[in-house]
Amino acid sequence: MNKIKYMNPYLAGFLLGLVLLGTIYVTGRGLGASGAVKSVVLSTIENIAPQHSANTPFIKTYSEEHPGGPFKDWLVFEVIGLVIGAFFSGVISNRVGIKLDKGPQITNWTRVIAAIIGGAFFGFGAQLGRGCTSGAALSGMAVMSFGGIITMFAIFGSGYAVAYIFRKLWLN
Amino acid sequence: MGPLVPFIISNEFNLIIALISGIGFGFVLEQAGFSSTKKLVGLFYGYDFTVLKVFFTAGVTAMIGVLLLSHWGILDISLIYVNPTFLWSSLAGGAIMGVGFIIGGFCPGTGICAAAIGKVDGMAFVAGSALGVFAFIEGYPLLEKIYLDEAWGPVLMNDMLGMSRIIFAFILTAIAIAAFYLTWLIENRVNKTQPKFSKEKIVIYSSSVGLAFLILVLIAMMPDSKSRMAKHIDKELKQKDFTSVEVQPDKLASEIVSNYYKINIIDVRSQEAFKLYHLPFAINIPIEKMDDREWGKIMDQKHKVNYFYADDRIVARKAYLWAGHIGKADNYILSESSANFNKTFSDLVTPTQDASKKEINIYNFRQKAASDMAKLVDALKNSTQPVVAKTSKIKGGC
Repeated sequence: MNKIKYMNPYLAGFLLGLVLLGTIYVTGRGLGASGAVKSVVLSTIENIAPQHSANTPFIKTYSEEHPGGPFKDWLVFEVIGLVIGAFFSGVISNRVGIKLDKGPQITNWTRVIAAIIGGAFFGFGAQLGRGCTSGAALSGMAVMSFGGIITMFAIFGSGYAVAYIFRKLWLN
Repeated sequence: MGPLVPFIISNEFNLIIALISGIGFGFVLEQAGFSSTKKLVGLFYGYDFTVLKVFFTAGVTAMIGVLLLSHWGILDISLIYVNPTFLWSSLAGGAIMGVGFIIGGFCPGTGICAAAIGKVDGMAFVAGSALGVFAFIEGYPLLEKIYLDEAWGPVLMNDMLGMSRIIFAFILTAIAIAAFYLTWLIENRVNKTQPKFSKEKIVIYSSSVGLAFLILVLIAMMPDSKSRMAKHIDKELKQKDFTSVEVQPDKLASEIVSNYYKINIIDVRSQEAFKLYHLPFAINIPIEKMDDREWGKIMDQKHKVNYFYADDRIVARKAYLWAGHIGKADNYILSESSANFNKTFSDLVTPTQDASKKEINIYNFRQKAASDMAKLVDALKNSTQPVVAKTSKIKGGC
């Protein structure tokens, strides 16, 4: 069976907008992703090194503010849903399978290492900027948050600024 | 009225909502092609602008939707979470994320989406982002200054630009459409494709653009739910006969003395006026704040009777009418101003010798009522302070 084509981007955007709007209407908050990673990382640190966590103010404050840990965290549940939804979409469009996407010039290992490094940058930046493309940029735009919108410009501005340097990762 | 959490939907059930939202989010991201890193970075090299199209359409759709819902009065815009602005960390964080985007080929949401359908690079990206978060946590003492500097609070883009929400919505929608057109031109050039459009597509696209602007125009032109309500109340004010619901100071005083635990006395004047003088046991709900959620429990209950008063009879009547629209409580109005009420019970003139029996009765009643009220207020001063119901601000963000 052939892969099914991707959805029209404007239609997808419209549907995503409705999902976001529904979420805001019901819960009063937008969507996110990186916060779930944060919740999991923090509770992992707490479990592995309780002594260290007790001595680190950042971790202490966070766990005081989020008493239930990841299993009471809104974003963790949202991301579990994200995984389910994405997997379901992959199944009906026949796109599920162990695969690796990369530019034509690089090896699989280079791609994996670049993905880890890029992920590390993004994870770090999302903490500093208090949100990623979903939490800051997308949800921020929906509620006209100044902070969210400037974060969005910073993300894409810097992406374009360094795109040329890293073109070998992606282009012929 | 939305948001439904935590007033209508509990915080526990909210986690189920999170799951459902996430499923929708993940499904659409994957359908849009965001599980493919090549499609994502296409944005930066000009061959595929799917990211921009999806994100901008979603942002504009949700933004217009939020405006529309708040215009209809079914979403309380003052309660929804607005990401706070910390200028330097927003910019620096964004810049670092941009670099991560180019090197890693994903953002966190899309990386998780890719990992979910078995993309190894997606999994690597998610693992990498956990490392990045870890680095931030451990390095936090060094970053604290930039992280907390220039805290502006939850400022809105339109306020920064000095325009109304609706004008900003117009501008952002126009920018989005211009961006769609330009990127379409760029895509065609970079990919060396011939621009072609079926008639059907042109009709659908132009009518969606038209619809977006039409909704914005309607929001801008139509009076919102609050002003419609005000108009409605003005109309009722002229038509309604209030004699059956207006009570005299003497009646209210006897209610206070004998039934203080069965009534709410609601002062709808300003906070300052309330502080200067208010009736015994009165709580202050300035009329413009009457529909705040914290008062919902008072406006909509069957156990106590509400008595509204103000210094202006029209204001008190408006408050009465408005309360009738907010909830089902039993409402009455004090026929006199607060000053007159005060005078009735404090400036008591001893009746002369030749006063009628009725006058003497009134005098005796008022004197007793005044002293009883004072005693009651004194006896209950610790227990009758209204419990201020806190409207919880919703926490959100990434």
